[in-house]
Amino acid sequence: MSIFSTKKSWINLTIWVLIIALIIAAPALLPVFRLNLLGRYLSLAIVALGVDLIWGFTGMLSLGQGIFFALGGYCAAMFLQLNSSGQFPNGIPEFFGLYGVEKLPFFWEPFKSSIFTLISIWLLPAIIAGLLGYLVFRNRIKGVYFSILTQAALLVFFNFFNGQQKLINGTNGLKTDVTQLFGQMVGSEIMQRWFFWISAILVIFAWFFARWIVRDRFGNILIGIRDDEARVRFTGYNPVIFKTIIFSIAGGLAGISGALYTVQSGIVSPQFMTVPFSIEMVVWVAVGGRGTLLGAILGAVLINYAKSLVSEALPASWMFIQGGLFILVVTALPEGVLGWIRKGGLKKLLFLIGINRKLETYPSLEVNEEGEVKP
Amino acid sequence: MSSPLLELKQISVSFEGFLALRDLDLVLNKGDLRAVIGPNGAGKTTFLDVITGKVLPTKGDVIFKEKSLLGQKEFRIARKGIGRKFQSPRIFENLSVQENLALSVSRPKTPLSLLMNSLKVKHLDQIQHLMSIVNLQSKANIRAGALSHGQKQWLEIAMLVGQDPDLLLVDEPVAGLTDEETDLTADLLKSLAGDHTVLVIDHDMEFIRRLDCPVSVLHQGHVLKEGSMSEIQKDPLVIEVYLGQSEEEE
Repeated sequence: MSIFSTKKSWINLTIWVLIIALIIAAPALLPVFRLNLLGRYLSLAIVALGVDLIWGFTGMLSLGQGIFFALGGYCAAMFLQLNSSGQFPNGIPEFFGLYGVEKLPFFWEPFKSSIFTLISIWLLPAIIAGLLGYLVFRNRIKGVYFSILTQAALLVFFNFFNGQQKLINGTNGLKTDVTQLFGQMVGSEIMQRWFFWISAILVIFAWFFARWIVRDRFGNILIGIRDDEARVRFTGYNPVIFKTIIFSIAGGLAGISGALYTVQSGIVSPQFMTVPFSIEMVVWVAVGGRGTLLGAILGAVLINYAKSLVSEALPASWMFIQGGLFILVVTALPEGVLGWIRKGGLKKLLFLIGINRKLETYPSLEVNEEGEVKP
Repeated sequence: MSSPLLELKQISVSFEGFLALRDLDLVLNKGDLRAVIGPNGAGKTTFLDVITGKVLPTKGDVIFKEKSLLGQKEFRIARKGIGRKFQSPRIFENLSVQENLALSVSRPKTPLSLLMNSLKVKHLDQIQHLMSIVNLQSKANIRAGALSHGQKQWLEIAMLVGQDPDLLLVDEPVAGLTDEETDLTADLLKSLAGDHTVLVIDHDMEFIRRLDCPVSVLHQGHVLKEGSMSEIQKDPLVIEVYLGQSEEEE
């Protein structure tokens, strides 16, 4: 699994060079509208990394990552609303007036602090994911039951947030684009450029972090849990702890992702907790390549970019294309795009369409085996 | 003589009225090699499930190193020094041989230690040693799923030994192995006894004979007879329930 193994490392290096070149060139080349979209997709790549950790590596298909994504978004939005509500009656965010609320609900209070907000954006979702995960894993709920349970939890959260007008503006959500930060409007061009950079840097950090987690024996235990949990147990490891930790980490990543997405899209609402959105996160990872980390980033960015381009051209057809893409990947490229490239898929394709006449045969097998050798 | 390493006292296991084990008694001392045989459905695997904490007995007690194991979680029982090999080889197929063994020898087995510490030199040496006893040095970096069936069985045994257990429970280690591999496995298990206590479950008679150790015959959840292989084979009761076909071999 070393990054320096020959073939895989070349593919990784190429993709990284492309990503970094894209990130550096984008602010100069793209109009601010497109740049903002790219920033959003980069922030979505962070939640996708978390999905890859829990699904690709540990084999737990969560359909409820939207919960943690939205929680991160709400944390950021509450801070921004409070930060710019000085001119409103009672000094509380404007929407409270609509429902006759005069006193700030108690849980808003700590979000007056920027430090508390910055911590709670990832810590709060991580704690909730940890608690939820611990209860589920302790009772040995796994497989499809785990997926159903996470989706049910998502619906509970969605309905709760949707109904709480007096606490968090219910279905309308919290707007952030007209709020103030550092004396600037959050939706302004200069702020959006900053958020793009922050998203780009945090994606790279998140990748290094995830990479560090799966790099050695900890990651191998996750793979072991995915492949044979009983063996892990009889080898003397407690799978519950490992699963709780990784689910909690994925929750924290989702929170960061949600906060960045919120400030770039200008609003957080219970729409972040709809069932299709959480399923989309899984689709990004499946298309990019499960258990590859880099594939999760590629999948999130490319699919979302394709989504915006297709939706502009043919508004009604995106859902069909996305569904078709998912079916194509599951049937034709079960290891996702990145897994396919790593297995020499591009060469085979070139061969099939007659550009590259040499198909690698036996000697390349040895190279492949070498590719997994540790230095 | 010191107290036994493992003692099963009057164990009964009932699955919705069906008695898989019935007042089973068994004593293993340190360094023992013991074989357990029995026809299908005699309760052999259930009996291992009870020791390793997978099944809670309806009645009776399991004493290991003078303490009861009842109600303990599987991973805690494993950490106390009981290693179990499953009937079909269960290894981590997507990890290399070396990575499989690294997980087995790692100590302590906590998330933080796995994340923060690199493998100690003594553990790296142990991995090399384990690979040499099961002849897998040349496969160190091969994905375990690509090994042959026999090599998988051996890798799993090596993983057991890597846990450094006092008691090894080995369930059908030679199922699907060639004769040659079976002989090697028998020698391997014999060499492990002494340092470890080994309990082997199988119904390959040649293999059991080669182990040359006391045998317990399990029948309908109960120990029918204990003794050496030759004693067992002469026992009319055992012959009746199980060994009938091996008479002609003698």
